[in-house]
Amino acid sequence: MTNSKVMSLSQAIHSFVHSGDTIYAAGFTHLIPFAAGHEIIRQGLKDLTLARATPDLIYDQMTAAGCARKVIFSYMGNPGVGSLRIVRSEIEKGNLEWEEYSHFGMISRLQAGATGLPFMPMNPTAADDLDQVNPNYKKVVDPYSGNEVVVVPALIPDVSIIHVQRADANGNAHIWGIIGEQKEAAFAGRRVILTAEEIVDEAIIRSDPNRTLIPGIVVDAVCQVPFCSHPSYTQGYYDRDNKFYLEWDKISQDPATIRQWLDEWVYGVKDRQEYLQKLGPVVQTRLKIASRPSYPVDFGQY
Amino acid sequence: MSEPFYSSSELMIINSARLLLDGDVVLVGVGQPNLACNLARRTHAPNLVMIYEAGVIGAQPARLPLSIGDPTLVSGALSVCSMYDLFAFYLQRGYVDVGFMGGAQIDRFGNINATVIGDYAHPKVRLPGSGGSKEIAAWAKRCILLTPHQKRRFPEKVDFQTSAGFLGGRPEREAAHLRGGGPQAVVTDLGILEPDETGELVLTALHPGMTVEQCLANTGWDLQVNGPLHVTEPPKVEELRILREELDPSGIYLNGSG
Repeated sequence: MTNSKVMSLSQAIHSFVHSGDTIYAAGFTHLIPFAAGHEIIRQGLKDLTLARATPDLIYDQMTAAGCARKVIFSYMGNPGVGSLRIVRSEIEKGNLEWEEYSHFGMISRLQAGATGLPFMPMNPTAADDLDQVNPNYKKVVDPYSGNEVVVVPALIPDVSIIHVQRADANGNAHIWGIIGEQKEAAFAGRRVILTAEEIVDEAIIRSDPNRTLIPGIVVDAVCQVPFCSHPSYTQGYYDRDNKFYLEWDKISQDPATIRQWLDEWVYGVKDRQEYLQKLGPVVQTRLKIASRPSYPVDFGQY
Repeated sequence: MSEPFYSSSELMIINSARLLLDGDVVLVGVGQPNLACNLARRTHAPNLVMIYEAGVIGAQPARLPLSIGDPTLVSGALSVCSMYDLFAFYLQRGYVDVGFMGGAQIDRFGNINATVIGDYAHPKVRLPGSGGSKEIAAWAKRCILLTPHQKRRFPEKVDFQTSAGFLGGRPEREAAHLRGGGPQAVVTDLGILEPDETGELVLTALHPGMTVEQCLANTGWDLQVNGPLHVTEPPKVEELRILREELDPSGIYLNGSG
């Protein structure tokens, strides 16, 4: 197939991610591409600027492994659990640069990047402390009303990494469930790595074009990576491993246990397939979910 | 009949749930706000439309969502949209009636700090940051806040203004021409604070058995009492049953003060 962009995740990271890059690994709680984060750790990439609305465990782990120079975020917590200990402590110690927005500020930056605009306007919130400490927040006068609006600059990641349920070999991707900032990250990125639970025939994509959030024309690499987002989840495929999110709260308290965990689960496995084998059938069974299909739509034969 | 036993978390959740109106469109925070909204929907507000900042509209979670992006929010929802659409089309456009949030620190004028304790550049304690709250507090028509009544959580002035309450007082907020009206009430485990005509939070209700002295001792400013104080109705058996048996059977958010 001439259009095939299919390659291993290891090859995709090697080809498209470089030390010093700004990375956006997308997914709001859902579809977080943990397998890609682990591969970046294994390849020893450094000085990365890690941008995500919620750094989540993926950036906590990458920070622990020494990949990060800076984080850009809008909510730095372990979602549903509490503190994101490693990123937080590196910030508190002054070891990690950070740049901070509200969720709307962060995704407005991506929206600008994704649509080729230099910045995005937002209505003011009157809570100006963040605007004071982050010089990227600016105010401009709306030329129509004369009122002020708040603006943030486009965010254009060097690499966006997006996990999806299914894609064809060219990177046309179906996503359902929480779609967060997947599409915006894909269109904003200079290079785009797509990981998919399944690679399917183009005919399946064409059977439901409204579900194609990401078109192949913006995608550089397509990698088949089942269970890519564990311990996050993939809607309809497997549940979030909340037990691990709770465990990470304990693991991440101590540099020795962090090191041990990275050695065992990242450096100690070759790829996500080995990780999955190591995870074993008990965990995979625990994360299985019952089926709840949507009612089919009829596009009509025209 | 003796009154049922209940925890301080249950007290806060039940009393804040009662402030929601049937038909409200509410932007729900995870944790205790989530329990409160789901309780309201199963009692007096069956037409409550629950929106989650992950981009879910009209969620009907079948199990307790353990994060703001839990898949149970999606299955059976009315609509799912991008985060940009959620904040722009729904919140900024003006379709959200209520913002329902917790807060690390809430000050005299209802301003919220969820960002940092101490100096921003050299943080003593780094908190998670705004998430959606900067815009929710500004643009939801009203806000309901819930937090345990502790002095460190109720300073005279927050270290960092993550989200706007009444700023330095009601006229300041009015001058900012925000879409939303600001905090409606702060529900604590001791009672309820509401803004007076100046925008200052004053004590307007006590929970059964709680005293004004407890509230004064656990507030970081010279808390005014808007007497005669209303005493809240004790949690009902049915409210407690829904919380314990249907919404949080493992006691993840109900046990302890959250």
